[in-house]
Amino acid sequence: MSTVIFRAIAPYLTALMVLFSVFVLLRGHNNPGGGFIGGLIAASAFAIYGIAYGVPPVRRALRFHPMGIAAFGLVLAALAGVPSLLGGKPFLTALWAYPKIFGMEVAVSTATFFDIGVYLVVLGTITSVALSLEERER
Amino acid sequence: MQESQIDWTFLVMAAPFLAAFVAPLLKRLLGSGASWILAAAPAAMFVYFLGLIAPIASGSVIANGFAWAPSLQINFSYRLDGLSLLFALLVSGIGTFILIYAGAYLKGHAHQGRFFSFILLFMGAMQGLVLADDFMTLFVFWELTSITSFLLIGFDHTREAARRAALQALVITAGGGLCLLAGLLIMTGLVGVHSMSEAIALGSSFAENPYYLPVLILLLGGAFTKSAQFPFHSWLANAMEAPTPVSAYLHSATMVKAGVYLLLRVHPFMGETVLWTTILPLFGGATLLAGTLLALRQTDLKLILAYTTVASLGLLVMLTGTSNETAILGALVYLLAHSLFKGGLFMMAGSVDHEAGTRDLRELGGLGLKMPVTFLSGLVLAWAMGGLFVTLGFFAKEAMYEGLLHGEGTTPVTLGVAVLGNGLMFAAAFAVGLLPFIGKRPENLSGAHEGPIGLWIGPLVLACLSVVGIVFAAFTQEALIGPTLAAVAGAEPHPDLSYAIHVNEAFAASGVTWAIGILALLALRPVRRGLAAILDAIGWSPDRGFDQLVNGLTTGSAAVTRFIQNGDLERYLSITFTVLALALVVPLVVFGEWPHAPETFALAPHEWAVMGLAAVGLVAVIVAENRLTAIVSLGIQGFAVALIYMLFGAPDLSFTQFMVETLSVVILALVMTRLSLMTADRRNMFQRAKDGTIALACGIGTAALLIAVTNQPFDSRLSDFFAEHSRTIAHGRNIVNVIIVDFRGLDTLGEIAVVMITGLAILALLRFPAPWRQTRAVEEEK
Repeated sequence: MSTVIFRAIAPYLTALMVLFSVFVLLRGHNNPGGGFIGGLIAASAFAIYGIAYGVPPVRRALRFHPMGIAAFGLVLAALAGVPSLLGGKPFLTALWAYPKIFGMEVAVSTATFFDIGVYLVVLGTITSVALSLEERER
Repeated sequence: MQESQIDWTFLVMAAPFLAAFVAPLLKRLLGSGASWILAAAPAAMFVYFLGLIAPIASGSVIANGFAWAPSLQINFSYRLDGLSLLFALLVSGIGTFILIYAGAYLKGHAHQGRFFSFILLFMGAMQGLVLADDFMTLFVFWELTSITSFLLIGFDHTREAARRAALQALVITAGGGLCLLAGLLIMTGLVGVHSMSEAIALGSSFAENPYYLPVLILLLGGAFTKSAQFPFHSWLANAMEAPTPVSAYLHSATMVKAGVYLLLRVHPFMGETVLWTTILPLFGGATLLAGTLLALRQTDLKLILAYTTVASLGLLVMLTGTSNETAILGALVYLLAHSLFKGGLFMMAGSVDHEAGTRDLRELGGLGLKMPVTFLSGLVLAWAMGGLFVTLGFFAKEAMYEGLLHGEGTTPVTLGVAVLGNGLMFAAAFAVGLLPFIGKRPENLSGAHEGPIGLWIGPLVLACLSVVGIVFAAFTQEALIGPTLAAVAGAEPHPDLSYAIHVNEAFAASGVTWAIGILALLALRPVRRGLAAILDAIGWSPDRGFDQLVNGLTTGSAAVTRFIQNGDLERYLSITFTVLALALVVPLVVFGEWPHAPETFALAPHEWAVMGLAAVGLVAVIVAENRLTAIVSLGIQGFAVALIYMLFGAPDLSFTQFMVETLSVVILALVMTRLSLMTADRRNMFQRAKDGTIALACGIGTAALLIAVTNQPFDSRLSDFFAEHSRTIAHGRNIVNVIIVDFRGLDTLGEIAVVMITGLAILALLRFPAPWRQTRAVEEEK
């Protein structure tokens, strides 16, 4: 499957897809998108990279074991529910803040972190499975 | 209780857990000397409980709690009366010396910090258990002791024997814990009693309750497994696979006494019935005899002690089962005495092992002059265990014989069993506390010498207490035993504890006991050989039974698995989809609920084009020459569906469908490369017809179901709610995503956990291929 054209284009495609996945993740609250779909896009990106160059470069590029990324995401999602607990509200109640960064009002919420957690779990799990399937000796 | 004041008891209950948290760090900073600092935690607890002696001895009960799960009427509450206090003192007091001892005994062990952590957790669990009042609090701590002891017993996890012992202890005690839970749930659900305090208030009237019998049986299930009563005793002896400090703690003050504690705790409302006075002495007596006989058969110091613990617990259960005040007095004093001498003897045996390098009686001897302090404490502790004069053990024995001779609820058989058991225990005591120190010293032991202070301070102090306890009989009686007896036997008992010898029938029974003990000690070798021969002749033990049970479970489940999951993927799929098809179609046919066909098919040309694309993809799958083509064609069909979603106003769904479709094609292709992508469909006509029928039935069923759903009027309450509130409450315009991350965030959290666990399971399957595949790979290599 690793034709020259594919190999040449794969890194750019992967980078674009990862960027796009983050974009999809962050716009999810108001437009189509969100953590789940973003994670799927990112996982596809790494799958493409893996198909073009083999598994070891993907593992090196990710730095962490994909399952570790997934576990981090799960913990992050769970922790996103804790601040509301400390405030005496039910677990996972979203809290919102609007700090001004460089004069621009930015909406920050615990729900965003929760969504990032979902993104990482999906990304980590799917990538992990895809990479393991790909790297097994034939 | 004033609300505003800090309740120190809660703090004390939390102390061991906090100490456990910092233990590894302290160990890293200070080395094994950290044990002295960590021991300050139980020491402080001990001092705190000492301070409570005066109010509790005057008859008050200290209790407090806070709502834990108010909707379920579960509280986190404690109850401090004489019984809890005695146990709390034992747990914290002996725990202090165990920690110091562990510091010296495990010096240089790679995981000493972890060990400190585990044993402190265990201490906290045990302390919580004896203080707990609310049933659920009690149960949580009860199971926590099982779990922490699992960690402790299996501490040397590289040894298979330790792993097996840990697993066995967990299976037996946690299994019993489930019995206890069932009993407690009956108490809360059907009797309406939520805590020990409420249950004790019921008093003996509970015996007439229709639920008395099931509760009794379930509680006994918990108590007997925890306290290693016959036939559940094997885990306790195997638990000596743990490092010696653990054995000393487990066997003396804590875990195994939890069962006895429970029996004593429930005695006020469950005792004094015919069932109680029959079942308990029966099991207790059997355990006592089995324990002593098994003890004398052993040559390993720790094993001898372990089996005498089994025997002692049997004795305690038997005495508790008499519901007779004097006998229970004997049991309580024995409980105190046993905690002191058993904890001390275990530590002493560990010191001998540590210095001499062996625990085998046949290889030990003549260490007395080399290890004088250890010898002295061993001798005194054996003296106490043998029930000789001027120790707590002596008075315990006198009281129990007095109770068994003259009290109600006993038979001559009980007395005989007690005398014989105590006699054999006497022999075992001196076998451990005396024999290693006298006689000729073997050559290889010449290097043995007295260990560091940490090794002998514990046994020495416990030995002293065994004697001091009776010298200050008045204090022991007023402060410890009296209030405990009041908590267990009710009313206002008058224990008569003094160090004077009363020459009476009980004393005569003591004489018989000593005679049996001395004879057994002198004839130890022939007795041991005889017992070994008898036990070998029987050839089966509950310990082996446990293995048989576990093996039976695994082979049984393997057989079931082979039957249900025979490895033929095609068969799984046809079964699954046949069931699905039946579930979809049969109700529609039977109840005649076929939906009306939609009235119009007014679709725009581009919508028809997408439909056509889906149909083309479908046909391409069916006629595909090889698997890769089929997979990709399936992708066409999936993309067409995604397009349909998009056309009909579900961009999120469509988006997700695109990605899922892409990834499933990728992953399917990766999976299929294992199965050779180029292979064509090799099914025969019959199979094709069968699979086609199933597929058609599924498709028609699903379609009919969906049309039936859309035939119903649309209930828009939920979508209205989300449309209305997602902007105002959750600050988001994308309803789907707002539902996922906000309104139903907890569901999503659960779902991503499932996603991850599924991923882990898939990884495990990929890493460890099925056995048949491995063997096939080996065959292929040949």
